[in-house]
Amino acid sequence: MAKNKMTATKKISLRFPRHLVSRPVVYHLIKDFNLELNILKANITSEEGHMVLELKGERADFDKGIEYLTQSGLIIDTLCREVTRNEERCTDCGACVTVCPSSSFTVDPVTREVRFEEDKCVVCGMCILSCPSRSMELHF
Amino acid sequence: MAKTIEEINQKIRSGRAVVFTAEEIIGVVKEHGLKKTAALVDVVTTGTFGPMCSSGAYFNIGHTKPRIKLGGGKVSLNDVPAYAGFAAVDVMLGANALPEDDPRNRFHPGEFNYGGGHVIEELVAGKDIKLTATAYGTDCYPRKKLETWINLRDMNEAVLFNMRNAYQNYNVAVNLSDKTIYTYMGTLKANMGNATYCSAGQLSPLLNDPMYKTIGIGTKIFLGGGEGFIAWHGTQFNPSVPRTESGVPKRGAGTLAVIGDLKHMSSRYLMGTSMLGYGVTVSVGIGVPIPILDEDILRHTTVTDDDIFAAVVDYSDAYPNVKPEVVGEISYGELKTGRVKINGREVPTASLSSYPRAREIAIILKDRITNGKFELTSPVATLPGIESGVKFKLLNERPINGEK
Ligand code: SF4
Ligand code: SF4
Repeated sequence: MAKNKMTATKKISLRFPRHLVSRPVVYHLIKDFNLELNILKANITSEEGHMVLELKGERADFDKGIEYLTQSGLIIDTLCREVTRNEERCTDCGACVTVCPSSSFTVDPVTREVRFEEDKCVVCGMCILSCPSRSMELHF
Repeated sequence: MAKTIEEINQKIRSGRAVVFTAEEIIGVVKEHGLKKTAALVDVVTTGTFGPMCSSGAYFNIGHTKPRIKLGGGKVSLNDVPAYAGFAAVDVMLGANALPEDDPRNRFHPGEFNYGGGHVIEELVAGKDIKLTATAYGTDCYPRKKLETWINLRDMNEAVLFNMRNAYQNYNVAVNLSDKTIYTYMGTLKANMGNATYCSAGQLSPLLNDPMYKTIGIGTKIFLGGGEGFIAWHGTQFNPSVPRTESGVPKRGAGTLAVIGDLKHMSSRYLMGTSMLGYGVTVSVGIGVPIPILDEDILRHTTVTDDDIFAAVVDYSDAYPNVKPEVVGEISYGELKTGRVKINGREVPTASLSSYPRAREIAIILKDRITNGKFELTSPVATLPGIESGVKFKLLNERPINGEK
Protein backbone atom coordinates (compact mmCIF):
# COMPACT_ATOMS: atom_id res chain seq x y z
CA MET A 1 0.00 0.00 0.00
CA ALA A 2 1.10 3.56 -0.72
CA LYS A 3 3.11 4.93 2.18
CA ASN A 4 3.65 8.59 2.75
CA LYS A 5 7.42 8.20 2.58
CA MET A 6 7.24 6.95 -0.99
CA THR A 7 8.94 8.68 -3.85
CA ALA A 8 6.57 10.57 -6.05
CA THR A 9 6.92 11.63 -9.64
CA LYS A 10 4.56 14.30 -10.87
CA LYS A 11 4.00 16.79 -13.52
CA ILE A 12 3.00 20.21 -12.43
CA SER A 13 2.05 23.17 -14.49
CA LEU A 14 3.08 26.55 -13.13
CA ARG A 15 2.17 30.07 -14.01
CA PHE A 16 4.38 32.93 -12.87
CA PRO A 17 3.04 36.38 -12.39
CA ARG A 18 5.26 39.04 -13.91
CA HIS A 19 7.16 40.03 -10.77
CA LEU A 20 8.33 36.44 -10.20
CA VAL A 21 9.72 35.78 -13.65
CA SER A 22 13.25 36.66 -12.64
CA ARG A 23 13.32 34.62 -9.38
CA PRO A 24 15.46 31.45 -9.23
CA VAL A 25 12.54 29.23 -8.21
CA VAL A 26 13.78 26.14 -9.99
CA TYR A 27 17.15 26.41 -8.32
CA HIS A 28 15.52 26.38 -4.86
CA LEU A 29 13.41 23.34 -5.66
CA ILE A 30 16.52 21.36 -6.45
CA LYS A 31 18.73 22.68 -3.70
CA ASP A 32 16.38 23.11 -0.73
CA PHE A 33 13.92 20.29 -1.28
CA ASN A 34 16.06 17.55 -2.85
CA LEU A 35 13.79 17.32 -5.84
CA GLU A 36 14.93 15.96 -9.16
CA LEU A 37 13.57 18.12 -11.86
CA ASN A 38 12.91 17.98 -15.54
CA ILE A 39 11.69 20.99 -17.45
CA LEU A 40 9.19 19.68 -19.99
CA LYS A 41 8.05 23.01 -21.28
CA ALA A 42 8.98 26.58 -20.58
CA ASN A 43 7.60 29.72 -22.03
CA ILE A 44 8.79 32.84 -20.31
CA THR A 45 8.26 36.34 -21.54
CA SER A 46 8.88 39.58 -19.73
CA GLU A 47 5.15 39.66 -18.93
CA GLU A 48 4.44 36.15 -17.70
CA GLY A 49 5.88 32.68 -17.42
CA HIS A 50 4.44 29.24 -17.94
CA MET A 51 6.34 26.09 -17.14
CA VAL A 52 5.57 22.40 -17.03
CA LEU A 53 7.90 20.54 -14.71
CA GLU A 54 8.34 16.93 -13.85
CA LEU A 55 9.36 16.61 -10.22
CA LYS A 56 10.67 13.55 -8.51
CA GLY A 57 11.42 13.15 -4.83
CA GLU A 58 10.24 11.99 -1.42
CA ARG A 59 6.59 12.68 -0.75
CA ALA A 60 7.40 14.92 2.24
CA ASP A 61 9.98 16.95 0.30
CA PHE A 62 7.57 17.20 -2.56
CA ASP A 63 4.85 18.64 -0.31
CA LYS A 64 7.31 21.14 1.14
CA GLY A 65 8.43 22.15 -2.34
CA ILE A 66 4.87 22.73 -3.42
CA GLU A 67 4.24 24.77 -0.29
CA TYR A 68 7.28 26.85 -1.15
CA LEU A 69 5.99 27.44 -4.67
CA THR A 70 2.52 28.51 -3.52
CA GLN A 71 3.98 30.76 -0.86
CA SER A 72 6.19 32.41 -3.47
CA GLY A 73 3.00 33.39 -5.29
CA LEU A 74 3.12 30.90 -8.13
CA ILE A 75 -0.10 29.54 -9.49
CA ILE A 76 -0.27 25.78 -9.72
CA ASP A 77 -2.82 24.15 -11.95
CA THR A 78 -5.44 22.36 -9.87
CA LEU A 79 -5.61 19.50 -12.35
CA CYS A 80 -2.47 18.19 -10.74
CA ARG A 81 -4.13 17.55 -7.36
CA GLU A 82 -4.42 14.11 -5.92
CA VAL A 83 -5.78 12.49 -2.81
CA THR A 84 -3.70 10.01 -0.83
CA ARG A 85 -4.28 8.09 2.35
CA ASN A 86 -2.04 8.34 5.39
CA GLU A 87 -1.88 4.67 6.28
CA GLU A 88 -0.58 5.41 9.77
CA ARG A 89 -3.79 7.21 10.70
CA CYS A 90 -6.33 5.11 8.84
CA THR A 91 -8.16 2.87 11.32
CA ASP A 92 -10.08 0.86 8.70
CA CYS A 93 -13.37 2.08 10.12
CA GLY A 94 -15.19 2.45 6.82
CA ALA A 95 -16.81 5.86 7.31
CA CYS A 96 -15.50 6.93 3.90
CA VAL A 97 -17.06 4.06 1.99
CA THR A 98 -20.51 5.50 1.33
CA VAL A 99 -19.24 9.09 1.08
CA CYS A 100 -17.09 8.54 -2.01
CA PRO A 101 -18.97 9.08 -5.27
CA SER A 102 -16.54 7.01 -7.33
CA SER A 103 -16.40 3.87 -5.15
CA SER A 104 -12.69 4.29 -4.45
CA PHE A 105 -13.07 2.52 -1.10
CA THR A 106 -13.99 -1.13 -0.72
CA VAL A 107 -14.21 -3.29 2.37
CA ASP A 108 -12.50 -6.67 2.27
CA PRO A 109 -15.28 -9.08 3.24
CA VAL A 110 -12.95 -11.26 5.32
CA THR A 111 -10.44 -8.94 7.00
CA ARG A 112 -12.85 -5.94 6.99
CA GLU A 113 -9.91 -3.76 5.97
CA VAL A 114 -10.81 -0.76 3.86
CA ARG A 115 -8.96 -0.68 0.56
CA PHE A 116 -8.35 2.64 -1.18
CA GLU A 117 -7.92 2.51 -4.95
CA GLU A 118 -6.25 5.74 -5.88
CA ASP A 119 -6.80 5.31 -9.60
CA LYS A 120 -10.58 5.36 -9.13
CA CYS A 121 -10.41 8.64 -7.21
CA VAL A 122 -11.77 11.70 -9.01
CA VAL A 123 -10.39 14.10 -6.37
CA CYS A 124 -13.78 15.44 -5.33
CA GLY A 125 -12.52 15.94 -1.78
CA MET A 126 -15.59 14.50 -0.07
CA CYS A 127 -13.65 12.00 2.01
CA ILE A 128 -11.17 14.54 3.40
CA LEU A 129 -13.44 15.94 6.10
CA SER A 130 -15.64 12.86 6.40
CA CYS A 131 -12.75 10.71 7.56
CA PRO A 132 -12.90 10.78 11.39
CA SER A 133 -9.15 10.30 11.82
CA ARG A 134 -8.33 12.74 9.01
CA SER A 135 -6.33 10.15 7.09
CA MET A 136 -7.23 11.38 3.62
CA GLU A 137 -4.93 14.11 2.37
CA LEU A 138 -5.13 16.42 -0.59
CA HIS A 139 -1.85 17.07 -2.37
CA PHE A 140 -0.77 18.86 -5.45
CA MET B 1 -17.72 -28.46 34.76
CA ALA B 2 -17.64 -25.10 36.48
CA LYS B 3 -14.32 -23.28 36.94
CA THR B 4 -13.34 -20.41 39.19
CA ILE B 5 -11.40 -17.29 38.25
CA GLU B 6 -8.64 -18.36 40.64
CA GLU B 7 -8.29 -21.69 38.81
CA ILE B 8 -8.06 -19.83 35.52
CA ASN B 9 -5.43 -17.48 36.96
CA GLN B 10 -3.34 -20.44 38.08
CA LYS B 11 -3.39 -21.71 34.50
CA ILE B 12 -2.46 -18.24 33.21
CA ARG B 13 0.49 -18.08 35.62
CA SER B 14 1.76 -21.46 34.50
CA GLY B 15 1.27 -20.55 30.84
CA ARG B 16 -1.39 -23.22 30.25
CA ALA B 17 -4.49 -21.08 29.82
CA VAL B 18 -6.55 -21.78 26.71
CA VAL B 19 -7.75 -18.54 25.19
CA PHE B 20 -9.74 -17.69 22.06
CA THR B 21 -11.09 -14.43 20.70
CA ALA B 22 -14.85 -13.92 20.52
CA GLU B 23 -14.55 -14.41 16.78
CA GLU B 24 -12.55 -17.65 16.96
CA ILE B 25 -14.72 -19.19 19.66
CA ILE B 26 -17.70 -19.35 17.27
CA GLY B 27 -15.94 -21.94 15.11
CA VAL B 28 -14.48 -23.82 18.08
CA VAL B 29 -17.91 -24.39 19.62
CA LYS B 30 -19.37 -25.32 16.25
CA GLU B 31 -16.77 -28.03 15.93
CA HIS B 32 -16.55 -29.38 19.48
CA GLY B 33 -19.88 -28.48 21.01
CA LEU B 34 -20.60 -26.39 24.09
CA LYS B 35 -19.84 -29.01 26.72
CA LYS B 36 -16.40 -30.02 25.50
CA THR B 37 -15.37 -26.46 24.71
CA ALA B 38 -16.49 -25.17 28.12
CA ALA B 39 -14.23 -27.70 29.77
CA LEU B 40 -11.33 -26.88 27.48
CA VAL B 41 -11.44 -23.08 27.14
CA ASP B 42 -10.57 -20.70 29.98
CA VAL B 43 -11.02 -17.23 28.53
CA VAL B 44 -12.70 -15.56 25.53
CA THR B 45 -11.35 -12.12 24.64
CA THR B 46 -13.43 -9.32 23.13
CA GLY B 47 -12.50 -6.01 21.56
CA THR B 48 -13.90 -2.77 20.26
CA PHE B 49 -12.44 0.40 18.74
CA GLY B 50 -14.54 3.41 17.91
CA PRO B 51 -15.41 6.99 18.81
CA MET B 52 -16.44 7.16 22.48
CA CYS B 53 -17.44 10.71 23.35
CA SER B 54 -17.78 10.52 27.13
CA SER B 55 -14.06 10.05 27.60
CA GLY B 56 -11.54 12.25 29.32
CA ALA B 57 -8.40 12.32 31.36
CA TYR B 58 -7.24 13.93 34.57
CA PHE B 59 -3.76 15.03 35.43
CA ASN B 60 -1.77 16.15 38.41
CA ILE B 61 0.76 18.38 36.73
CA GLY B 62 3.00 18.95 39.77
CA HIS B 63 3.36 22.12 41.87
CA THR B 64 4.97 25.25 40.53
CA LYS B 65 7.42 27.48 42.34
CA PRO B 66 5.89 29.66 43.73
CA ARG B 67 2.66 27.71 44.02
CA ILE B 68 -0.40 28.31 41.88
CA LYS B 69 -3.98 27.21 42.58
CA LEU B 70 -5.58 26.34 39.28
CA GLY B 71 -8.88 25.42 40.93
CA GLY B 72 -11.31 28.24 40.18
CA GLY B 73 -8.99 29.62 37.53
CA LYS B 74 -8.64 28.88 33.84
CA VAL B 75 -6.49 26.22 32.20
CA SER B 76 -5.94 25.19 28.62
CA LEU B 77 -3.85 22.50 26.97
CA ASN B 78 -2.77 23.37 23.43
CA ASP B 79 -5.47 26.06 23.62
CA VAL B 80 -8.15 23.49 24.40
CA PRO B 81 -9.86 24.47 27.67
CA ALA B 82 -9.53 21.97 30.50
CA TYR B 83 -11.64 21.82 33.63
CA ALA B 84 -10.10 23.56 36.64
CA GLY B 85 -12.61 22.98 39.39
CA PHE B 86 -10.42 20.84 41.61
CA ALA B 87 -7.53 21.38 44.01
CA ALA B 88 -4.35 23.26 43.14
CA VAL B 89 -2.81 21.33 40.25
CA ASP B 90 -5.42 18.71 39.33
CA VAL B 91 -6.87 19.32 35.90
CA MET B 92 -9.39 17.38 33.82
CA LEU B 93 -9.72 17.39 30.06
CA GLY B 94 -12.74 16.14 28.13
CA ALA B 95 -12.48 14.53 24.70
CA ASN B 96 -15.10 16.88 23.23
CA ALA B 97 -13.49 20.15 24.40
CA LEU B 98 -12.76 22.71 21.67
CA PRO B 99 -10.45 25.72 21.53
CA GLU B 100 -12.31 28.96 22.31
CA ASP B 101 -11.61 30.27 18.83
CA ASP B 102 -12.74 27.17 16.95
CA PRO B 103 -15.49 28.35 14.56
CA ARG B 104 -17.60 25.33 15.55
CA ASN B 105 -20.67 25.15 13.30
CA ARG B 106 -20.65 28.84 12.38
CA PHE B 107 -19.96 27.68 8.87
CA HIS B 108 -21.95 24.51 8.74
CA PRO B 109 -20.72 21.78 8.66
CA GLY B 110 -17.81 22.74 10.93
CA GLU B 111 -14.56 20.85 10.43
CA PHE B 112 -13.58 20.22 14.07
CA ASN B 113 -9.99 19.39 13.32
CA TYR B 114 -8.56 19.65 16.83
CA GLY B 115 -9.84 19.29 20.37
CA GLY B 116 -9.59 17.40 23.65
CA GLY B 117 -9.38 13.98 22.01
CA HIS B 118 -6.42 15.12 19.94
CA VAL B 119 -4.63 16.55 23.00
CA ILE B 120 -5.04 13.18 24.73
CA GLU B 121 -3.69 11.39 21.65
CA GLU B 122 -0.67 13.70 21.47
CA LEU B 123 0.08 13.38 25.18
CA VAL B 124 0.00 9.61 24.90
CA ALA B 125 2.26 9.81 21.84
CA GLY B 126 4.83 11.58 24.05
CA LYS B 127 4.48 15.03 22.50
CA ASP B 128 4.99 18.22 24.47
CA ILE B 129 1.77 20.10 25.13
CA LYS B 130 1.45 23.82 25.84
CA LEU B 131 -0.21 24.54 29.17
CA THR B 132 -1.48 28.04 29.85
CA ALA B 133 -3.31 28.99 33.01
CA THR B 134 -4.50 31.94 35.02
CA ALA B 135 -5.44 31.88 38.69
CA TYR B 136 -6.71 34.44 41.18
CA GLY B 137 -3.87 34.08 43.70
CA THR B 138 -4.09 33.42 47.41
CA ASP B 139 -1.72 33.89 50.34
CA CYS B 140 -0.72 30.23 50.13
CA TYR B 141 -0.85 30.01 46.33
CA PRO B 142 0.31 33.44 45.19
CA ARG B 143 1.03 32.80 41.52
CA LYS B 144 -1.46 34.08 38.96
CA LYS B 145 -0.10 33.05 35.61
CA LEU B 146 1.53 29.96 34.15
CA GLU B 147 2.76 29.16 30.66
CA THR B 148 4.81 26.05 30.10
CA TRP B 149 5.39 22.97 27.99
CA ILE B 150 4.33 19.80 29.73
CA ASN B 151 4.90 16.18 28.90
CA LEU B 152 3.05 13.11 30.08
CA ARG B 153 6.16 11.55 31.57
CA ASP B 154 6.72 14.53 33.90
CA MET B 155 3.24 14.54 35.41
CA ASN B 156 2.58 12.92 38.77
CA GLU B 157 -0.55 11.17 37.59
CA ALA B 158 -2.19 11.01 34.19
CA VAL B 159 -5.34 8.94 34.25
CA LEU B 160 -7.83 8.15 31.52
CA PHE B 161 -11.31 8.20 32.97
CA ASN B 162 -14.24 7.59 30.66
CA MET B 163 -17.74 7.75 32.04
CA ARG B 164 -19.49 6.05 29.14
CA ASN B 165 -17.71 3.66 26.76
CA ALA B 166 -18.25 0.35 25.00
CA TYR B 167 -21.97 0.69 24.31
CA GLN B 168 -23.71 -2.64 24.23
CA ASN B 169 -25.20 -2.35 20.75
CA TYR B 170 -26.09 0.92 19.05
CA ASN B 171 -28.42 2.57 16.56
CA VAL B 172 -28.04 2.28 12.82
CA ALA B 173 -28.36 5.82 11.48
CA VAL B 174 -30.20 6.92 8.34
CA ASN B 175 -31.48 10.24 7.07
CA LEU B 176 -35.04 10.35 5.74
CA SER B 177 -34.95 14.07 4.93
CA ASP B 178 -34.11 15.50 1.54
CA LYS B 179 -30.79 17.11 2.48
CA THR B 180 -27.47 15.78 3.73
CA ILE B 181 -27.04 15.89 7.51
CA TYR B 182 -23.84 15.80 9.57
CA THR B 183 -24.10 13.77 12.76
CA TYR B 184 -22.04 11.89 15.31
CA MET B 185 -22.98 8.88 13.19
CA GLY B 186 -21.13 10.44 10.26
CA THR B 187 -22.32 12.15 7.11
CA LEU B 188 -25.80 10.88 6.29
CA LYS B 189 -26.98 11.35 2.73
CA ALA B 190 -30.49 12.52 1.93
CA ASN B 191 -33.39 10.13 1.32
CA MET B 192 -31.70 7.22 3.05
CA GLY B 193 -28.69 7.45 0.74
CA ASN B 194 -26.59 5.51 3.26
CA ALA B 195 -26.81 3.85 6.66
CA THR B 196 -24.06 3.98 9.27
CA TYR B 197 -23.47 1.71 12.24
CA CYS B 198 -21.00 1.66 15.10
CA SER B 199 -20.41 -1.62 16.93
CA ALA B 200 -17.86 -4.40 16.84
CA GLY B 201 -20.86 -6.77 16.84
CA GLN B 202 -19.75 -10.32 17.60
CA LEU B 203 -16.44 -9.04 19.03
CA SER B 204 -17.98 -6.35 21.23
CA PRO B 205 -17.46 -6.82 25.00
CA LEU B 206 -20.98 -6.43 26.35
CA LEU B 207 -22.58 -8.32 23.46
CA ASN B 208 -20.58 -11.38 24.50
CA ASP B 209 -21.79 -11.16 28.09
CA PRO B 210 -25.24 -9.70 27.51
CA MET B 211 -26.56 -10.36 31.02
CA TYR B 212 -23.42 -9.02 32.79
CA LYS B 213 -22.60 -12.38 34.37
CA THR B 214 -18.81 -11.92 34.40
CA ILE B 215 -18.17 -8.28 33.46
CA GLY B 216 -18.58 -6.08 36.52
CA ILE B 217 -17.02 -3.36 38.63
CA GLY B 218 -13.35 -4.17 39.13
CA THR B 219 -12.93 -6.22 35.96
CA LYS B 220 -9.44 -5.69 34.58
CA ILE B 221 -9.47 -4.79 30.88
CA PHE B 222 -7.35 -3.77 27.90
CA LEU B 223 -7.72 0.00 27.74
CA GLY B 224 -6.14 2.24 25.13
CA GLY B 225 -3.23 -0.15 24.64
CA GLY B 226 -2.50 -0.44 28.35
CA GLU B 227 -4.49 -1.84 31.22
CA GLY B 228 -7.48 -0.44 32.99
CA PHE B 229 -10.44 -1.38 35.12
CA ILE B 230 -14.18 -1.09 34.93
CA ALA B 231 -14.86 1.58 37.54
CA TRP B 232 -18.65 1.66 37.48
CA HIS B 233 -21.55 1.09 35.15
CA GLY B 234 -21.38 3.67 32.39
CA THR B 235 -23.77 6.62 32.27
CA GLN B 236 -27.10 6.09 30.49
CA PHE B 237 -26.98 2.43 31.50
CA ASN B 238 -30.28 1.01 30.29
CA PRO B 239 -30.56 -2.77 30.70
CA SER B 240 -34.33 -3.11 30.17
CA VAL B 241 -34.42 -2.61 26.38
CA PRO B 242 -35.97 -5.25 24.08
CA ARG B 243 -33.74 -8.32 23.78
CA THR B 244 -33.57 -11.43 21.61
CA GLU B 245 -34.44 -14.81 23.09
CA SER B 246 -30.83 -15.39 24.11
CA GLY B 247 -30.72 -12.04 25.91
CA VAL B 248 -28.85 -9.94 23.32
CA PRO B 249 -30.17 -6.36 23.49
CA LYS B 250 -31.61 -4.95 20.29
CA ARG B 251 -30.94 -1.36 21.32
CA GLY B 252 -28.14 0.50 23.08
CA ALA B 253 -28.27 -0.98 26.59
CA GLY B 254 -25.32 -1.41 28.95
CA THR B 255 -22.29 0.89 29.00
CA LEU B 256 -19.02 0.92 30.95
CA ALA B 257 -17.19 3.57 32.94
CA VAL B 258 -13.50 2.75 32.70
CA ILE B 259 -10.27 3.99 34.23
CA GLY B 260 -6.59 3.39 33.54
CA ASP B 261 -3.06 4.80 33.61
CA LEU B 262 -2.60 7.00 30.56
CA LYS B 263 1.17 6.67 30.82
CA HIS B 264 0.98 3.05 29.65
CA MET B 265 -1.35 3.65 26.74
CA SER B 266 -0.67 4.06 23.04
CA SER B 267 -2.00 6.50 20.47
CA ARG B 268 -2.86 3.57 18.22
CA TYR B 269 -5.74 2.79 20.59
CA LEU B 270 -6.52 6.33 21.72
CA MET B 271 -6.95 8.54 18.73
CA GLY B 272 -8.29 12.05 18.33
CA THR B 273 -11.32 11.93 16.05
CA SER B 274 -13.21 14.61 14.09
CA MET B 275 -16.85 14.28 13.15
CA LEU B 276 -17.74 16.72 10.40
CA GLY B 277 -20.46 19.11 11.54
CA TYR B 278 -20.61 17.49 14.98
CA GLY B 279 -17.42 17.94 16.96
CA VAL B 280 -14.27 16.27 18.22
CA THR B 281 -14.03 13.10 20.21
CA VAL B 282 -11.61 10.30 20.84
CA SER B 283 -11.60 6.76 19.47
CA VAL B 284 -10.90 4.32 22.26
CA GLY B 285 -9.74 0.72 22.11
CA ILE B 286 -11.19 -1.55 24.80
CA GLY B 287 -10.87 -5.29 25.24
CA VAL B 288 -12.58 -7.25 27.99
CA PRO B 289 -11.71 -10.84 28.91
CA ILE B 290 -14.58 -13.17 29.65
CA PRO B 291 -13.74 -16.06 31.98
CA ILE B 292 -15.46 -19.24 30.80
CA LEU B 293 -16.78 -20.36 34.16
CA ASP B 294 -19.64 -22.46 32.78
CA GLU B 295 -21.44 -23.50 29.61
CA ASP B 296 -23.95 -20.70 29.80
CA ILE B 297 -21.25 -18.02 29.83
CA LEU B 298 -19.58 -19.77 26.90
CA ARG B 299 -22.83 -19.97 24.94
CA HIS B 300 -23.22 -16.19 25.13
CA THR B 301 -19.72 -15.67 23.68
CA THR B 302 -20.65 -17.64 20.55
CA VAL B 303 -23.00 -14.87 19.44
CA THR B 304 -22.52 -14.05 15.74
CA ASP B 305 -23.20 -10.91 13.72
CA ASP B 306 -26.32 -12.61 12.38
CA ASP B 307 -27.73 -12.92 15.92
CA ILE B 308 -27.29 -9.25 16.81
CA PHE B 309 -29.96 -6.82 15.70
CA ALA B 310 -29.93 -3.05 15.85
CA ALA B 311 -32.62 -0.41 15.40
CA VAL B 312 -32.51 1.76 12.30
CA VAL B 313 -33.20 5.32 13.43
CA ASP B 314 -33.88 8.47 11.39
CA TYR B 315 -31.34 11.08 12.47
CA SER B 316 -33.10 13.90 10.62
CA ASP B 317 -36.17 13.75 12.85
CA ALA B 318 -36.78 10.81 15.20
CA TYR B 319 -33.37 11.10 16.91
CA PRO B 320 -33.12 14.88 17.43
CA ASN B 321 -36.77 15.17 18.43
CA VAL B 322 -36.74 12.08 20.65
CA LYS B 323 -39.51 10.26 18.82
CA PRO B 324 -39.70 6.58 19.67
CA GLU B 325 -40.31 5.26 16.16
CA VAL B 326 -37.67 3.14 14.45
CA VAL B 327 -37.40 2.62 10.71
CA GLY B 328 -36.66 -1.08 11.13
CA GLU B 329 -34.41 -3.66 12.70
CA ILE B 330 -31.41 -5.14 10.99
CA SER B 331 -28.61 -7.57 11.86
CA TYR B 332 -24.90 -6.77 11.82
CA GLY B 333 -24.48 -9.73 9.47
CA GLU B 334 -26.61 -7.91 6.92
CA LEU B 335 -25.00 -4.53 7.62
CA LYS B 336 -21.57 -5.97 6.94
CA THR B 337 -22.48 -7.07 3.42
CA GLY B 338 -22.26 -3.38 2.50
CA ARG B 339 -25.87 -3.16 1.28
CA VAL B 340 -29.09 -3.65 3.16
CA LYS B 341 -32.78 -3.54 2.37
CA ILE B 342 -34.63 -1.05 4.53
CA ASN B 343 -38.33 -0.59 3.80
CA GLY B 344 -37.80 -2.27 0.45
CA ARG B 345 -35.00 0.11 -0.53
CA GLU B 346 -31.36 -0.87 -1.14
CA VAL B 347 -29.12 1.22 1.09
CA PRO B 348 -25.29 1.15 1.15
CA THR B 349 -23.81 0.78 4.64
CA ALA B 350 -20.71 2.14 6.35
CA SER B 351 -19.17 1.44 9.73
CA LEU B 352 -17.80 4.10 12.08
CA SER B 353 -15.99 1.74 14.40
CA SER B 354 -13.09 -0.32 13.15
CA TYR B 355 -13.62 -4.05 13.07
CA PRO B 356 -9.99 -4.86 12.11
CA ARG B 357 -8.76 -2.90 15.12
CA ALA B 358 -11.35 -4.52 17.41
CA ARG B 359 -10.02 -7.88 16.26
CA GLU B 360 -6.44 -6.71 16.80
CA ILE B 361 -7.30 -5.75 20.40
CA ALA B 362 -8.97 -9.12 21.09
CA ILE B 363 -5.86 -10.86 19.74
CA ILE B 364 -3.46 -8.71 21.80
CA LEU B 365 -5.47 -9.41 24.95
CA LYS B 366 -5.47 -13.11 24.09
CA ASP B 367 -1.68 -13.03 23.67
CA ARG B 368 -1.17 -11.17 26.95
CA ILE B 369 -3.25 -13.77 28.80
CA THR B 370 -1.64 -16.73 27.04
CA ASN B 371 1.82 -15.37 27.84
CA GLY B 372 0.98 -14.96 31.51
CA LYS B 373 1.11 -11.15 31.36
CA PHE B 374 -2.53 -10.50 32.11
CA GLU B 375 -4.45 -12.16 34.92
CA LEU B 376 -8.18 -11.90 35.42
CA THR B 377 -9.92 -10.18 38.31
CA SER B 378 -13.17 -11.10 39.99
CA PRO B 379 -15.61 -8.21 39.90
CA VAL B 380 -16.26 -6.66 43.29
CA ALA B 381 -19.84 -5.76 42.36
CA THR B 382 -22.11 -6.50 39.43
CA LEU B 383 -23.44 -4.09 36.85
CA PRO B 384 -27.16 -3.32 37.23
CA GLY B 385 -29.03 -6.13 35.48
CA ILE B 386 -32.54 -6.20 34.06
CA GLU B 387 -33.92 -6.93 37.53
CA SER B 388 -32.33 -3.74 38.93
CA GLY B 389 -35.03 -1.57 37.40
CA VAL B 390 -32.37 0.94 36.32
CA LYS B 391 -33.86 3.05 33.52
CA PHE B 392 -32.53 5.75 31.28
CA LYS B 393 -34.54 8.95 31.78
CA LEU B 394 -35.06 12.08 29.75
CA LEU B 395 -34.66 15.41 31.48
CA ASN B 396 -37.80 16.62 33.17
CA GLU B 397 -37.53 20.29 32.25
CA ARG B 398 -39.05 22.73 34.74
CA PRO B 399 -39.24 26.42 33.86
CA ILE B 400 -37.02 28.47 36.17
CA ASN B 401 -39.74 31.07 36.73
CA GLY B 402 -42.47 28.54 37.42
CA GLU B 403 -43.21 26.70 40.62
CA LYS B 404 -40.69 24.13 41.82
S1 SF4 C 1 -12.85 6.95 7.00
FE1 SF4 C 1 -10.66 7.37 7.19
S2 SF4 C 1 -9.96 6.05 8.84
FE2 SF4 C 1 -11.94 5.27 8.19
S3 SF4 C 1 -11.42 3.72 6.64
FE3 SF4 C 1 -11.79 5.63 5.55
S4 SF4 C 1 -9.77 6.53 5.34
FE4 SF4 C 1 -9.58 4.97 6.93
S1 SF4 D 1 -11.52 12.57 -3.12
FE1 SF4 D 1 -13.62 12.01 -3.69
S2 SF4 D 1 -13.36 10.48 -5.31
FE2 SF4 D 1 -11.39 10.63 -4.26
S3 SF4 D 1 -11.48 9.03 -2.71
FE3 SF4 D 1 -12.15 10.94 -1.73
S4 SF4 D 1 -14.38 10.88 -1.92
FE4 SF4 D 1 -13.58 9.37 -3.38
